[in-house]
Amino acid sequence: MFQSFLIKYAEIGVKGKNRYLFEDALVRQIVFALRKVDGQFDVHKTSGRIYVDAKSAFDFDEVVNALTKVFGISGICPVVVLEDHGFAQLGEDVKAYMDKVYPDKNMTFKVHARRARKNYPMETPEINMELGAILLEAFPELSVDVHEPDVMLNVEIREKIYVYSQIIPGPGGMPIGTSGKAMLLLSGGIDSPVAGYMISKRGVTLEAVYFHAPPYTSERAKQKVVDLAKYVSVYAGPMKLHVINFTDIQLYIYDKCPHDELTIIMRRYMMRIAETIAEETGCHGLVTGESIGQVASQTMQSLACTNDVCSLPVYRPLIAFDKQDIVDISEKIDTYETSIQPYEDCCTIFVAKHPVTKPNVNVIRLHEKNLEEKIDEMVKEALETREIIEIE
Amino acid sequence: MEVYLDNSATTVVFKEVADLVYKCMCEDYGNPSSMHMKGVEAERIVKRSKEQIAKVLKVNEKEIYFTAGGTESDNWALIGAALANQRAGRHLITTKIEHPAILRTMEYLQSLGFEVTYLPVDHKGCVRLSDLERAMRRDTILVSMMYVNNEVGAKEPVEEAGVLIKRMNPKTLFHVDAVQGFGKFAIYPKKCGIDMLSVSGHKIHGPKGIGFLYIGDKVKIKPINYGGGQQRGMRSGTENVPGIAGIGLASKLIYQELEEDTERMHALRSAFMKDLSMIDGVVLNGPDAGEGAPHIVSASFRGIRSEVLLHALEDRGIYVSAGSACASHKHTVSDTLSAMGIEQSLLDCTIRFSFSIFTTREEIEYTVKVLRELVPMLNRYTRR
Repeated sequence: MFQSFLIKYAEIGVKGKNRYLFEDALVRQIVFALRKVDGQFDVHKTSGRIYVDAKSAFDFDEVVNALTKVFGISGICPVVVLEDHGFAQLGEDVKAYMDKVYPDKNMTFKVHARRARKNYPMETPEINMELGAILLEAFPELSVDVHEPDVMLNVEIREKIYVYSQIIPGPGGMPIGTSGKAMLLLSGGIDSPVAGYMISKRGVTLEAVYFHAPPYTSERAKQKVVDLAKYVSVYAGPMKLHVINFTDIQLYIYDKCPHDELTIIMRRYMMRIAETIAEETGCHGLVTGESIGQVASQTMQSLACTNDVCSLPVYRPLIAFDKQDIVDISEKIDTYETSIQPYEDCCTIFVAKHPVTKPNVNVIRLHEKNLEEKIDEMVKEALETREIIEIE
Repeated sequence: MEVYLDNSATTVVFKEVADLVYKCMCEDYGNPSSMHMKGVEAERIVKRSKEQIAKVLKVNEKEIYFTAGGTESDNWALIGAALANQRAGRHLITTKIEHPAILRTMEYLQSLGFEVTYLPVDHKGCVRLSDLERAMRRDTILVSMMYVNNEVGAKEPVEEAGVLIKRMNPKTLFHVDAVQGFGKFAIYPKKCGIDMLSVSGHKIHGPKGIGFLYIGDKVKIKPINYGGGQQRGMRSGTENVPGIAGIGLASKLIYQELEEDTERMHALRSAFMKDLSMIDGVVLNGPDAGEGAPHIVSASFRGIRSEVLLHALEDRGIYVSAGSACASHKHTVSDTLSAMGIEQSLLDCTIRFSFSIFTTREEIEYTVKVLRELVPMLNRYTRR
């Protein structure tokens, strides 16, 4: 019965002169999200609103599911579109609409008409009253409450007449492509995909980097990261995944540096490499899934040590989250099942039995000097030989 | 060079078998239950396959039932026999080193109230007959023992066990999981008291998704799936005719030159084991050279996690498996290796190399050469 969806957006509404940029981005993201849904849709801006009109048969649940993953949407209203065959027919159609959408009519309602087509023969208050009366007569259980109705029945009169009353909550946030671009350090764990999701919710476009260490990490571990990137891209849109072969660098650090500092020094090189790619690809910051105290390399001291090598801002949206809260989000965005597959990632393969938890950045810098002979060359090679996977 | 040494996980399909399967799919695609000519043709294909299998086992073709593979055969044998004979007793015997298709099914039967005794094995992975003799009770209705262990290649004393069981209680049924043994040994169920025998197609260069269960004609067993009454009501479901054609021909081909093939594989295995034992830190598990199954070598590489060595070998074109392929996607310790009393620190460092009749000396030599390079290199970088 629904042929159209009215898209409500929250924060975009308050943007001043840039408003159109945000709206255009939202339209673009909706078009992109609907490309994966069977059917043809016309997404358009009309007098300050965004509509999704179905141009062919479609599956309602599928469309709603796709729309609830588009950042920037605060609500989705399924709309019934009626031809204008006079007011009597409108009354009949509205009755049928109420009957179908609300089988249980023990509720209050209010009719809210908007007359965009000014030559319509009735005025707004008149339409409200007449339609209200028709409904009350047809369904005696209904009652009117003009202040806090259970159901707000919207009737918009344009070329055609749009009737809607339900609002399905959207994900909120800002449309992708309106807040710049960031480089996500994606591991195979639970946290980093969630971090990517959260940053992209603020409208940020993502690129991702993954550190692969064959033969210590397997092809399946890499596939897992590709799969995770796909889940994130459902929300964040298409992205490039840069796969860095990190084995040689890791083994070199293993040979030259104190073992309990291996993870910290390794993380510092990951950040350096991520930042180099970020700068090449026009990113404005790095994103990690770090959370204070979760593991040895995520104490305040360790974070300070890894942060030390970056000049771009490092965004850590999960910094104060408990593990369970992160798990909850990962379940919501469907990454949890994939994240817990037991493939080793490169952070854990050589981890010391007792890694440092309070590293001193000066000491770490000093020990990194042991790497001077070859490390720049190795980093360069790792960057040059990286594999770039397009995630769509 | 590409060297496939994971033949206990699965094997390449014989060219002739693949051609036959293809023909069955495109030309002889009838349903054996159909009354018209297409159906009759398909039925004929099923019958021919049964004859081919019956011939190598020296049994009657009516005693062959097709299943979806080794796991279904094992499930059916245990559950079907346990349910059909529970009035005679509720005690079952198996070994600690069976495939999960047996062990998990036994656990299920325990949940139904059956009592299960798990026989231990010696350090080579073999069951002791004295343990079996002690475990046998008046109410023992079923013994299940594998022919060849899939992880270390130990050949179980199945023939002797069959004789022992029948001597102690002629009514006790004897099931043998021969998924790794069929095609490597001449197995004659009727000569050694085997009542049921599970086989899988894809371990003998046949297709995946097809297996069979030999059920001796006097065996009391219930079906575990119900439906259209195919295969004499014992295993409902439209027959997988292409698969059936494939497993029949593969059975015939794998037994054509059994002696020459196993002799050659044993020679390769012995040479390989000798070379492996000379690499620092290598511990060989399971049967000695010349003994056990001709196609499996289990080796532990001290200090090198099997997953790492596996991927390092893969990088050089050599495909092996960590422990057993069926169990390796879970991070659990191998039942077999634990039962054999392998040192704890080696459990996670164990690689299985498994040959086929197509494995060549060059491939083995190449593998040894690569291992000689990789092992010292990987040993340098370990968790400290």
